[in-house]
Amino acid sequence: MRTLPRRLGVAIVVAAIVVLLSIKLNSFRDYQIAEIAFEVTAVAGLTVLTGLSGQISLGHAAFMAIGGYTTALLLLHLAWPFYAALLVAAVVTAVAGAVVGAAAARLRGPYLAGATLLLGVALPAIAYAWPATFGGDQGLNVAFTTPAFLGVNFPPTRWLAWVATLVALIVLVLLANLNHSRVGRNWRAVRDDDVAAALDGINVAAARILAFVVSATCAGLAGALLAIVTTLVGPGSFTLTVSISLLTAAVLGGLGSLAGALWGSLVIILVPTYVTDVATSHGLSASVGSNIPIVAYGVLLILVMLVFPQGIQGGLTRLFSLFFSGPDQKPRTWRTAPTPHVTPSADQAPASQHEKEGTL
Amino acid sequence: MVEFLQFTLSGIVFGMIYAAIALSLVLIWRGTRLLNFAQGGMAMFTTYVGIEVIYKTHSYWAGFVIALAAGLVLGAVCELTVVRPTTGKPPLNAVIVTIGLLILLEGLAGIFFGGQYRSFPAAFSIIGLRVGGTPIGVSRFDVFVAVAVLIATLALAAAFRYTAAGLRMRAAAFNATIARLSGIRVARVLTVGWALAGLLGALAGVLVSPSTFLYPNSMDAIFVYGFTAAVIGGLDSAVGAVVGGLILGVVLSYAGGYVGGSVGSDLTSLVALGILVAVLMIRPDGLFAGARMRRV
Repeated sequence: MRTLPRRLGVAIVVAAIVVLLSIKLNSFRDYQIAEIAFEVTAVAGLTVLTGLSGQISLGHAAFMAIGGYTTALLLLHLAWPFYAALLVAAVVTAVAGAVVGAAAARLRGPYLAGATLLLGVALPAIAYAWPATFGGDQGLNVAFTTPAFLGVNFPPTRWLAWVATLVALIVLVLLANLNHSRVGRNWRAVRDDDVAAALDGINVAAARILAFVVSATCAGLAGALLAIVTTLVGPGSFTLTVSISLLTAAVLGGLGSLAGALWGSLVIILVPTYVTDVATSHGLSASVGSNIPIVAYGVLLILVMLVFPQGIQGGLTRLFSLFFSGPDQKPRTWRTAPTPHVTPSADQAPASQHEKEGTL
Repeated sequence: MVEFLQFTLSGIVFGMIYAAIALSLVLIWRGTRLLNFAQGGMAMFTTYVGIEVIYKTHSYWAGFVIALAAGLVLGAVCELTVVRPTTGKPPLNAVIVTIGLLILLEGLAGIFFGGQYRSFPAAFSIIGLRVGGTPIGVSRFDVFVAVAVLIATLALAAAFRYTAAGLRMRAAAFNATIARLSGIRVARVLTVGWALAGLLGALAGVLVSPSTFLYPNSMDAIFVYGFTAAVIGGLDSAVGAVVGGLILGVVLSYAGGYVGGSVGSDLTSLVALGILVAVLMIRPDGLFAGARMRRV
């Protein structure tokens, strides 16, 4: 249990850094901090689902949408305080995660990918079908004010950055503890070999469903944060692109690693704006300038996956072990992305080295 | 009754397009055990190539043929350059690489061809055909769409069944190690598989674009439904891909037609989700999944 104070310590240090940064930086950067905070909340949940329990979700934006719309409706119609709406959003998405997880527990690899992909596409369509409740294409506006004790002149984006960071850090600490508990061990056992896990007395279906519940709750919290940070929830906030970018961030950072979730979120949020800045400052034409970030993002994804197969965190761990503990020491296995079946045995080798019936 | 016939026929036409995308995904899945997320992006890109050729030559068929050829080349190039290096890495990496490829292609299309919506010409009249004065809901071009996909499917099936190259491809997909031991160059076979998938995708792109407009994201929805069709049918089955595409096309056509108004078209994706969940709850590996040992 000595790890708990250590994790709390790390969280407090990060919180202090964020507070300092948010005071030093301008309001646009504060907004980006808030964006990174809700992004990392969702990505951390997804990395637990995919990296630790071995289930893929290509529709995680659907859970963000559930959390976001729940928050927006509660704030809009009932004028609840945000923390109460946040808790309700977490409960509602947990229930949704249980439903989806129960259906998903039977599915494997690409079939689960297909079902969740379509879930991510279909759920935001409900907003179009019932515009009276969900505001249709326009979405719902969310009013969020800074508390009175901070004074009138306190920048709202700074307060948003603080709130979002606080929620993100609480989620990360809880997830880190969960991963190291019996629950996390069960997930990894189920991921690596579900038959062996079942023989060891683990309830495989329950472990899978629980992973979906935890992951969906994180996404729901992220959606609630997105609602207050962007002051708007609409179908456009939860598109297929968002779902895909969540998975991309998780794998890019290093699947199954919470630190990796942070690296992935930083890349997803910061790289496009950075490249856009560079492109516009070089006076490129609009059609080229607006597409350069997209091209750069695509190339970056491909390169990182080919050069650092274990993601950014895996690359960092390797560098770190080179410098400090000698190349022989293996990194702790749960931190690195799972590679259970990358080299298939000869008797059941698939057509290429790609996994025969694994995650995808 | 007439309405029912109209919805069925137009559903079949869209179903054939979903089937083409689904088939291309199945081709790649069987060979490389990889979901190619760039399939829609590749189709979009080759369709742009086609429309540029049509503008230059004023010939639809020149554009049609060159788009298909571009699909072949693009499929092979993608496999050789970015997909093959993912061999031996965690399987999700290959998926992310294809997502990166999709984003890259969409960005490049924006740079080379511009982001605005373009209309794509149809090979034949798009005025609805009539039988004895009653419109049957499909046009000459729709008939061409269905026939073109059907011919491509049958040609592929025949090639797999009756040619030596087809036998090699089936052997490589069945068991790569043994195929390699019997002298088949599995890597080359995989490249050919990707090229054929690129061709099918290009065909789907050229055929669907007259009814959807062409823009860098225009194939996203088609890809999602093609993927859904492949999952419904079972990713290992070519027959399943076609059947899945037709089921999806027809049911979505009924949903859009009978529910009516904007609600109907908004809910198509929910209806598709309903079909997919219903099928997967009964058969978790799709309708045409082969027998497979799986306990727990």
